[in-house]
Amino acid sequence: MGFGRIAFTVAITMIGLLFITFIIGRVMPIDPVLSIVGESASKSTYDEAYRQLGLDKPVIVQFLYFLWDVVRGDFGESLLTARPVLDDLIRVFPATLELATVGTIIGVTLGVPLGVIAAVKQGTWIDHIARVVALIGYSMPVFWIGLIGLLVFYGKLGWIGGPGRLDIFYVDIIPTVTGMILIDSLLAGDTDVFWNAVSHIILPAGLLAYYSLAYISRMTRSFMLEQLDQEYITTARVKGLSEHAVVWRHALGNVKVPLITVIALSYAGLLEGSVLTETIFSWPGIGLYITTALLSADMNAVLGGTVVVGLVFVCLNIFSDLLYKYFDPRSK
Amino acid sequence: MTNLLEVENLTVKFPTRNGMFEAVRDISFSLGRERLGIVGESGSGKSITGRSILRLIRRPGILEATRIALEGEDLLKKSEREMRKIRGHKISMVMQDPKFSLNPVMRIGDQICEAYRLHAKASKAEAREKSIKMLEAVLIRDPERVFNAYPHEMSGGMGQRIMIAMMLIPDPQILIADEPTSALDVTVQKEVLEIMDKLVRERGMGLIFISHDLNVVSAFCDRVLIMYAGRIVETCQADKLHEAKHPYTRGLLNSLPQLEHPVDRLAVLQRDDAWQTAPSVSGTLEADH
Amino acid sequence: MSDISKHQKPSLREWLTSDAPTSRRQAKFSAWYRSWLALRSNPMAMFGLMILLFLLAIAAFAPIISPHDPFAQDLALRLSAPGENNYILGSDSLGRDILSRLIYGSRITLYIVALVALMAPIVGLFVGTAAGYLGGWVDVVLMRITDIFLAFPRLVLALAFVSALGAGIENAVLAIVLTAWPPYARIARAETLTIRNADYIHAIKLQGAGALRVITKHIWPLCISSLVIRVTLDMAGIILTAAGLGFLGLGAQPPSPEWGAMISAGRQFILDHWWVATMPGLAIFTVSLAFNLLGDGLRDVLDPKKSGK
Repeated sequence: MGFGRIAFTVAITMIGLLFITFIIGRVMPIDPVLSIVGESASKSTYDEAYRQLGLDKPVIVQFLYFLWDVVRGDFGESLLTARPVLDDLIRVFPATLELATVGTIIGVTLGVPLGVIAAVKQGTWIDHIARVVALIGYSMPVFWIGLIGLLVFYGKLGWIGGPGRLDIFYVDIIPTVTGMILIDSLLAGDTDVFWNAVSHIILPAGLLAYYSLAYISRMTRSFMLEQLDQEYITTARVKGLSEHAVVWRHALGNVKVPLITVIALSYAGLLEGSVLTETIFSWPGIGLYITTALLSADMNAVLGGTVVVGLVFVCLNIFSDLLYKYFDPRSK
Repeated sequence: MTNLLEVENLTVKFPTRNGMFEAVRDISFSLGRERLGIVGESGSGKSITGRSILRLIRRPGILEATRIALEGEDLLKKSEREMRKIRGHKISMVMQDPKFSLNPVMRIGDQICEAYRLHAKASKAEAREKSIKMLEAVLIRDPERVFNAYPHEMSGGMGQRIMIAMMLIPDPQILIADEPTSALDVTVQKEVLEIMDKLVRERGMGLIFISHDLNVVSAFCDRVLIMYAGRIVETCQADKLHEAKHPYTRGLLNSLPQLEHPVDRLAVLQRDDAWQTAPSVSGTLEADH
Repeated sequence: MSDISKHQKPSLREWLTSDAPTSRRQAKFSAWYRSWLALRSNPMAMFGLMILLFLLAIAAFAPIISPHDPFAQDLALRLSAPGENNYILGSDSLGRDILSRLIYGSRITLYIVALVALMAPIVGLFVGTAAGYLGGWVDVVLMRITDIFLAFPRLVLALAFVSALGAGIENAVLAIVLTAWPPYARIARAETLTIRNADYIHAIKLQGAGALRVITKHIWPLCISSLVIRVTLDMAGIILTAAGLGFLGLGAQPPSPEWGAMISAGRQFILDHWWVATMPGLAIFTVSLAFNLLGDGLRDVLDPKKSGK
């Protein structure tokens, strides 16, 4: 696939995404004019605001305006924070990124080996345990287990930090560089803040990690089973290689390629789908931002947030395609 | 002199829903520094026999034998770790289709070097030098380029030559060739066989050549075992194959078209249920007895 | 063994396990029976199935087995601990019996799951087979739309739709369907593409069958089995999404005993009255685990290639 085609696909997908977002914004039963001018505004003030928002124009024209604004990075102002939505997004996105990245790293480091071992020991108790572990992960309502986790580890045992990213007396001590507190605190050399941030991120990231572990280990297992059946595995054994080298060098070397897509998908899922986790843990990320905005009819914020999340998803997909090509010699 | 390899009473079973399926049933044979052909139709157990020698029968298959001895040493008594020192180093195997038997995401050079360095203490540079020499030995024209290439960039014939190079580089004493040319174009089959034949003879190795092709086997082997339904039904010198007596062998021979004696209609093989239950013929070298 | 069946009238079991079916009906039943035997030998799948049957029974006989009226409030006995005051699983902040609410809540859960599991695959089937069979620009457009929906953050999309349409069970179902159909469309399209060029389809077309007839009579039936597997595997996800919407206050509305909403209501009492939020969570977990166990087992049986066995 050439660069032009990729660009075209991305453009079409993004426009579609924007269109759906726009339509949702249009059919929202809450009157955007009223929420700006307030209930008691006079008819003339209302009409004035109505025109200013461009609501008197045909829908398609409104959409084109919207598109043009998005291209310029102008998502308007948030009603809740009274600041440009773009600024808000730049502020909240690192929190989500940090959470999803830590979750994915833990999920991959545990999930891949678990999947490999389950495949190698197919049908044994290790395989069954790996299966049950994954199925439990698929079945757990995150908003519930998060609550229970907070209750037990924060409320009763006091082992971890509570909701939020930091304890209140650590907030705003260190300068914001990347927006990811774990990195910023290390840059500032403040280990107190770092460990406090760790105590806050460990539970939500651990839960997200469990979800990605469940998915990644199942996919790894099925890819591995497929590869272990291949003839080159016999070749490797005929050479006299140890089972360890056969599995981890030869088979996993081939599994690496499709696994990249799976990991990218799961990462994208954590980036966009941690709405409930962020709600439970009051994690000031993009999921919480969009949910809060939705519940208070802050359409600019909702549309902006959705666009950014969609963009991230599309970019990750392209990135995984490129990695796929890089790792698979056959696609060159 | 003892034989290179002696197999006594080998049986390989697979559990299925309808009971045990015996893929190989109580066969015995031996191999000297010769080229031994094993011929049979698909499902006759010839490939399983080849893999049994390396003890590479996959679960849930069960391998049973009185003895599988390499130069008098019983392989069945060896631990899996000791077996790994035999595989590749003493006994090697070339498989059917290089498209599947080479690791698609590893460079060819790395795969050959891996085979060499596993059994010989050698630096990377030495292994590389040796691998390039080996690629030259299997008549690959541009070994430097092939060394850095990936398997999918090779044709079938090239792939099989690479496979032969990879399997011969640790200098094994026995090579098992399991249908090494069946997946190749007819035009390159002979070429690949001649390369393999030359190398095996130069090194004084034993060769077990597994094939369904009577003509190829009689041309490239010294001795032939004919397998049917997991048993050896007949054994004979390759050049005396036309004198074979067993009805199955005769049937196979008669169903081949012959240039000198054209017939209107080729004979169809008539099977006899008795062949399945008849005991195995011994395939050990007559010189031993 | 075949000798016996030739001479005597075979028993039902023999008829079902025969290697040489004599009719299409026998072959079909025999295939089902074998799948059932394989599923039965998987203890985890059977465990899941038993939980689900149990759930169905509970939902069906809710009025009979509930010890209390799920809506009856008794403020004097609010937040009773499990076992206290005759409340087996305790009572909530309005003094309602949690066990009875869970029992009635199973009806809501099953209702949502059944509706989504019916609607989403059907939408996907329409889109996927149309795209796959008609090809050309129809395919391009439909698949592009599918991709756009796939690119959307699922929960965010559902959230947006529910808040646009108004909170409630039916709207929650619609929102989940809206986010759940694209994978089915992809599966149906892939199946259609493999079937489309089969010889028998050409033969039917030569007999004069139109596109509609080919799709409805010959392609749809063949897509069903892969869709069914996928739906079973998705059930747990549907339950979790529905409960998530309920938790955020966008699903079933109070006083309806929807499990997600019950967790949300118990959230503020979690520190001192753990059971209010814990019990409905356990219910959600058990049911979605049961669906996952069954789905996993079904996949092993019906789609051996993907499970690698």
